[in-house]
Amino acid sequence: MEHKEYKAINKSVRKKDAMQLLLGKPVYTDDIVPDNALVVKLLRSPHANAIVASIDTKTAKLVPGVVDIYTWEDVPTERFTNAGQTFPEPSPYDRMIIDRHVRFVGDVVAIIAAENEKAALKAMKLIKVEYEKLTPVLDFRTAKDNPILVHPEDNWVPTVDVGGSNKRNLVASDSNSSGDVEGVMADCDIVLDRTYHTKAFNQAMMETFRTYTSLDRYGRLHVISSTQIVFHVRRILSHALGIPKNKIRVEKPRIGGGFGAKQSSVSEVYPAFVTMKTGRPAMIIFTREESQIAGSPRHEMQVRVRLGANKDGKIRVLDLYTLSNSGAYGEHGPTTVGLSGHKSIPMYTGSLEAYRFDYDVVYTNTMAAGAYRGYGATQGIFAVETTVNELAEKLGMDPTVIRDINMLKEGMQMPAYYNEIASACALDRCLEHCKEMFHWDEKYPVRDMGNGKVRTAGVAMAMQGSGISNVDVGSATVKLNEDGDYILIIGAADMGTGCDTILAQMVAECMDCSVDKVSVFGADTDASPYDSGSYASSTTYITGKAVEKACADLKKRMCSIASDILECSEEEIVFDNGLLRQIDTDKTVTTREIGCKAQVNNTKAAEASASHSSPVSPPPFMVGMVEIELDKLTGEVTILDYMSVVDCGIPINPALARIQAEGGIVQGIGHTLYENIQYDKKGRPIENSFMQYKLPTRLDMGNLKVEFEHSYEPTGPFGAKSIGEIVINTPAPALAHAIYRATGVWHRELPITPEQIAMSKPE
Amino acid sequence: MDIQITLNGKKITDNVDADMLLIDFVRKHGCLSVKRGCETANCGLCTVLMDDTPILSCSMLVARAAGHNITTLEGLQEEASEFVGFIADQGADQCGFCNPGFVMNTIALLRENPNPTDDEIRAFLAGNLCRCSGYEGQLRGIRAFLDSRKEN
Amino acid sequence: MVTIQKYVRAQSLEEAYQLNQAKTNKIIGGMLWLKMGSGNISTAIDLCDLGLNTIEENDKQFSIGASVTLRQLELHQGLNSYTNNAICNAVKDIVGVQFRNLATIGGSIWGRFGFSDVLTCFMAMDCYVELFNAGVIPISKFAYMKYDNDLIIRIIVKKTPGYFNYSSMRAQRTDFPIIACALSCINGKYTAVIGARPHRAMSVTDNENILSGEITEESADKFAKYVAENIKTGSNSRGSASYRKQLIEVLTKRGILSMISSMKEGEHK
Repeated sequence: MEHKEYKAINKSVRKKDAMQLLLGKPVYTDDIVPDNALVVKLLRSPHANAIVASIDTKTAKLVPGVVDIYTWEDVPTERFTNAGQTFPEPSPYDRMIIDRHVRFVGDVVAIIAAENEKAALKAMKLIKVEYEKLTPVLDFRTAKDNPILVHPEDNWVPTVDVGGSNKRNLVASDSNSSGDVEGVMADCDIVLDRTYHTKAFNQAMMETFRTYTSLDRYGRLHVISSTQIVFHVRRILSHALGIPKNKIRVEKPRIGGGFGAKQSSVSEVYPAFVTMKTGRPAMIIFTREESQIAGSPRHEMQVRVRLGANKDGKIRVLDLYTLSNSGAYGEHGPTTVGLSGHKSIPMYTGSLEAYRFDYDVVYTNTMAAGAYRGYGATQGIFAVETTVNELAEKLGMDPTVIRDINMLKEGMQMPAYYNEIASACALDRCLEHCKEMFHWDEKYPVRDMGNGKVRTAGVAMAMQGSGISNVDVGSATVKLNEDGDYILIIGAADMGTGCDTILAQMVAECMDCSVDKVSVFGADTDASPYDSGSYASSTTYITGKAVEKACADLKKRMCSIASDILECSEEEIVFDNGLLRQIDTDKTVTTREIGCKAQVNNTKAAEASASHSSPVSPPPFMVGMVEIELDKLTGEVTILDYMSVVDCGIPINPALARIQAEGGIVQGIGHTLYENIQYDKKGRPIENSFMQYKLPTRLDMGNLKVEFEHSYEPTGPFGAKSIGEIVINTPAPALAHAIYRATGVWHRELPITPEQIAMSKPE
Repeated sequence: MDIQITLNGKKITDNVDADMLLIDFVRKHGCLSVKRGCETANCGLCTVLMDDTPILSCSMLVARAAGHNITTLEGLQEEASEFVGFIADQGADQCGFCNPGFVMNTIALLRENPNPTDDEIRAFLAGNLCRCSGYEGQLRGIRAFLDSRKEN
Repeated sequence: MVTIQKYVRAQSLEEAYQLNQAKTNKIIGGMLWLKMGSGNISTAIDLCDLGLNTIEENDKQFSIGASVTLRQLELHQGLNSYTNNAICNAVKDIVGVQFRNLATIGGSIWGRFGFSDVLTCFMAMDCYVELFNAGVIPISKFAYMKYDNDLIIRIIVKKTPGYFNYSSMRAQRTDFPIIACALSCINGKYTAVIGARPHRAMSVTDNENILSGEITEESADKFAKYVAENIKTGSNSRGSASYRKQLIEVLTKRGILSMISSMKEGEHK
């Protein structure tokens, strides 16, 4: 491991926007747009599967203030996908702006544009719709080859062959394996065959989906949106509206959280359509209810794990089958599912002789899923880690010891992870460190506290990736200003995570200056260099490397300009501690002098752009341990301590990395214990508000403690890997483990409610 | 209907609809720090002070608030500046969307109880949801602020 | 969001009552529940000018104005000292401080919501609702009256010597209760009031004198079973009828035992 002394890297710098945010300055979409925008509201289907037999908007259009109302008859007929993914888009083209066939409760039936909200809502009540109701497919276990088709249409377009077929309700299907799975399984002392179920949890970012659109001074469509993916939104809108990309500009202001929800173009198309139709500025703000019922939540999954092991605890074979519910549309369906296997199985590379991973992704008449922090890994890790914990308990082994025997170690090749080498892996040290910090040996035993209450602990490991290998592109432009400081321009989206700041730290490190000397601008499709966007744990690792490259190029350019000033050859100039020095002389030029020179009689641009893409996606690793007190009579689980140790390579900003981890852990606690997604018999969602969908409050999460084990990733910027997603993966298996310890029951469905705990008896 | 209200120390007279909510009124009058995060009075993002008491501006008719003193974060910049730097040092601001409500309610807490325990902090701020930070960093920030106050 | 045509601050109870006789007019309490509706209100009647926002205490009773907030109840020393902190325990987990600064006792009691911690807790006391038209009515009777156009002026809690205990089970700390359990021992008679069952709170009094002697684990257990047997529970998204039965037993038994130990502590003082 490299131990380098950095000046700006591995330092807990304040986020560049921190004081603006904390003092409540107007920096979000709804704060910065003019008041005269048309209010856009959506009439949504009350039925899970229906055809709009007739729709009458005449009376509604008469409401004073209503500008227009659009229905399926008014929109283009070509299908597109809302998924923000790199070309060629892996998600099928299966949606229209408004489809006559509505496929879930909340699907759009009409777009209302009005001068004010009151008029829009009044009009909404006056639209008369007759629905031809169809039987919905609500249970994803019955969806594949069900005679009822969610997408019976003939113009369903799978842009990439991912094994899907709309005539089978199948979004995608695949299979891959290595080694003789059945042969090894037959030779094992013990085989566990278990099935797990996780729900379509909501990201529930505090700022709901929202978009403002107008025509700019050139008559182009100008989109200001709370999005993680400005370039993908430009492509999606171009496709959906049938207008060229050079007629669209997409920018994002500050974003009130995303967690992947805003990696789909959930809200953009509606005001954009209105602006194109009316020529007027338009704004949509999703209500919390709309965000809950028509957002882009996690894919509900059922994961069957077959694990074969020897009595000594050696895990020899893993066989996973994942059934994923994409809901009414296929956004991110073909891709999320892969992580359920590819980011769970490799953790046991140390001992695995064979593995198999098969999956199906199906359509149902429920809310369309999308991207949510963890992106399938969360679901797969819950299943695999819980099975491993059960194995340990069955064998009477300490679950940390069984992991020691089997886990991935640095330098190993991972057959279940595209044969990548774990070039930076401190998973073993994370486990050891966490065990010590947590006092595992004292907390793991079940302790009777009296009055039906017991205390005990659970453990889980996790991995994720850093960007999508051979796909993601990150870019950065670094410009020298005449004051000798810099501006960094990116297309990645800081959604609160602090990427603007950590990328600025990288510029500061490269250019030998303080972080204050680096300003950051992003993201705007007109001004930013192309970036896939902020998702897939890519920004630090991929865009960070682009920043490093751009800085290296800029340094060269500055040396060249310095050589003009000093009238020497370029090769004689070195970049030294923020100054440009002529070798073997005491002649120096300041960055300020170069910045000024760059603007006078100069032909060399004092700026550089670079793009980066990676053939590998180095996994970060993590170990989480939880101590709970469980009330056996009420089923109440109280979290006492949640401790974890993370290997994200070298953390660029330890304070921000720690907050990422803490936030992810609490989100994970939420979907394990409190957040539920239920539908009634007709397919209407029950948890449609924060009154019903219960996020953890600060009374629900116990004490958190997060520490780091460094590794050095040679392909990452300054040894960094990712942190954003992995952090949500340990709570579900760790809590399920602790609950088993306390009760003798394995709960294999999330969330694990007090009722399930209190009413279940040991097997 | 005509109403008069004191917003951040300034008397405002306006004609409003009977069902206008305080959150929409203060935003209309430039107090854009006040955010809406839900429709069910569960998130705490819209917290303002009414006569120094923290309330949800999403559930208060402006007609009912008429005649009262309403304070938003715009009116407490100085008092807030004292402590928010400690939150920034933790990186716990994150996306920032819940920050104004959180800051307002923390100010209310510290006015009522200048030296709260961790449990008192958690209990008082339970109605302020945050989806990014996991809360622990906010607690560390408040604790660091209180410690610094003791030192001075 | 509900729409409102006109807003009136009533200048007298009489005016408020008269306005409230029109079906499309509504008294606004804390506004929390009301605003989530989608209906139309012709006139919203606000009681805020009527001075009903205070808790008055004398030797015999507490008189709690309809506009008193849940936060006032939570912090009121006299009430909490009289109820062994039951009132504070009943309201402290309701959403958050800002919410409790708005929600009123009048609104909570008038709503007679099944999930109401407040109704459950006050039903365990020697408590009365003072209505403008119908006069003073025991809260247990009021809880089962039909909704009409009357208005609550205040809630009266008599200082009848007694002991109280309140507990609830919530899946998430600030969520609605899955079961709420208020216990009282007034004049030696034990009563359990069970809310969130999920229907409107119901009370069961120890008419079989299960707890009449020395209270033991066994008798507490027997009483808890008695209460559970006599309360009808139902199912909703927060819990099934049978889980609720189990919770009633657990909370009642624990509540009785904790009440007894606090009684004993009281005697030692």
